[in-house]
Amino acid sequence: MFNIVVCIKQVPMVTELPWDEKTGTLKREAAAGMMNPACKHAIEAALQLRELYGASITVMTMGPPSAEEVLREAIAMGANRGVLICDRLLAGSDTYATSFALGRAVKKEIPDHDLILCGAYTSDSETAQVGPQLAEELNIPAAAYAEHIDISGRTMRVRRLVDNFRETLEMDFPALVTVSMERYKPRYVSFAGLSRSFDGADIRELNAQDLGMMSADLDACGSRTRVRRVFIRKTAKENVRITGAAAVAAAEFLDRYQRSISAVIGRAIEAKKQI
Amino acid sequence: MTKQKSIWVFGDYRNYFQNRVTLQLLSKAVDLAGVIGAEVCAVVVGHNIEEWIMEYTAHGADRILSIDHPSLTSYSTEHYLALMQQLVTQRDPDIILIGATDFGREFAPRLAKRLQTGLSADCVGLDITPEGLLIQTAPSFGGNMLAEIVTEMHRPQMATVRPGIFKEIPHDYERTAIVERLPLPSGLPVPRARVIEYERAVQREHTIENATVIVCGGRGMGNKNNFKRLSELAGLLGGDVGATRPVVYAGWAGHNALVGQAGKHIKPKILFSFGISGAIQHTAGLGEANFIVAVNKNPQATMMKMADVAVTADAGDFLNNLIRELKKRIRD
Repeated sequence: MFNIVVCIKQVPMVTELPWDEKTGTLKREAAAGMMNPACKHAIEAALQLRELYGASITVMTMGPPSAEEVLREAIAMGANRGVLICDRLLAGSDTYATSFALGRAVKKEIPDHDLILCGAYTSDSETAQVGPQLAEELNIPAAAYAEHIDISGRTMRVRRLVDNFRETLEMDFPALVTVSMERYKPRYVSFAGLSRSFDGADIRELNAQDLGMMSADLDACGSRTRVRRVFIRKTAKENVRITGAAAVAAAEFLDRYQRSISAVIGRAIEAKKQI
Repeated sequence: MTKQKSIWVFGDYRNYFQNRVTLQLLSKAVDLAGVIGAEVCAVVVGHNIEEWIMEYTAHGADRILSIDHPSLTSYSTEHYLALMQQLVTQRDPDIILIGATDFGREFAPRLAKRLQTGLSADCVGLDITPEGLLIQTAPSFGGNMLAEIVTEMHRPQMATVRPGIFKEIPHDYERTAIVERLPLPSGLPVPRARVIEYERAVQREHTIENATVIVCGGRGMGNKNNFKRLSELAGLLGGDVGATRPVVYAGWAGHNALVGQAGKHIKPKILFSFGISGAIQHTAGLGEANFIVAVNKNPQATMMKMADVAVTADAGDFLNNLIRELKKRIRD
């Protein structure tokens, strides 16, 4: 039986983002959270691998106390247990610091891990960096954008599409894989799963001290980057307005833009000459 | 004597687009180097790489660090990591820029981690202070927000950069560069991720994420039959159909077509948006649409304000007329 760890993240729901359009600042802590969509594909991959080969699935996240919600959701989908890394000292960690803390937690809680799965990227910061950096932290091989995973003995094969090359990679356990959003479409949560996730769900909480992270570690392995400011992209669009009866508007639209559309689609578009 | 400042660009050249972003980065590196008096250095590793050494010289590199060896014939993240780690440790560059290709976005995070330094992802803007602090502008929330990121205390400063953002310098084959041909260091690790097979995908895999034209529809299409006609327009324009969440829930479109926060992030050259109000769950997926045509009865809808062209009309009516008019005008 394999030990699979799925690292997931709670991200703010964009509808809930309390941003101030004037200053362009964002109060993330005030936003409602949800599971990052790509993480669900990683959980689905873990569940399918468990169905095929047998496995114990631990879901792990780092975040504020509310991040426990995504662990419960993952357990409702079918994961066996959850680990929440939660400490004020870790707030605002960049990918460098995050991968350090996750690495410590994986080593401590699941020392005999075989496979680490991550989503391809998060919908908030979109760096796609934590997966590869966690592999580096654990000193294990990794493959990003997996579309298909096969296991034979203690060796896995990963099929993926990178830069328009189809590749098959082979790695021995332990290894890390980030899962493409093109495959492993996440299943819906069943009622049985839902009640399991609330009724005696096995969720363990760890703080920085539990991870053996002393203040010296926090200096040495703290964030390397700093976000100086966050702002809303200003669009300088012309915003041309067309009104009138639909037939007239459609003709007017094409009269004005058929040349540029034609250039994009590579087909000639031109109005019939009046005879 | 103070150390010569240096800005490095990693030579990513496996396919045409990867090579273009390398050229774009060289151009940006030349700009940044001008501000701080640095040299621009391209790192090219692989086998039979003279072509790239010449090209990167012609496109602005002052120095080329190259390692040419048969054992580097195929792209290997782990080989490249070991080589770069060694070169960076020996030479201590100030900045390393890497294209945000699939390869770069897997390679750069591991390199940054190994070098114990910071990395920003998929930058759409780079600037530099006279003191040499790299201001890295990276998108978040589907491009709706931008973050300015700096690495203050650690070196090198590293960024991956989105393809197509910077303009390459026209080539100049009269240019010269210092080309250092370095031997393959001994003790290169055996890659633990072994490439069993690889082949160029016959055709660029068609997905809505890489479609050039996308026709999106929302609740304003009124009913399923009207919605189905969007695929007729998409067909005429060689595009794909996208949908908002209410439409997917209503069963007018499959989940694969869902565009937005919970679905696909798209970057078409032309986006048609029919009967979509522009709730942020949807627009979070549209950060990179080049040219937006919105059709809505309500001229005040967010989508209409975001658009390059906003047509105030019933979405279904306008769609039918546009299809009829296009059929008259389109030639093969």
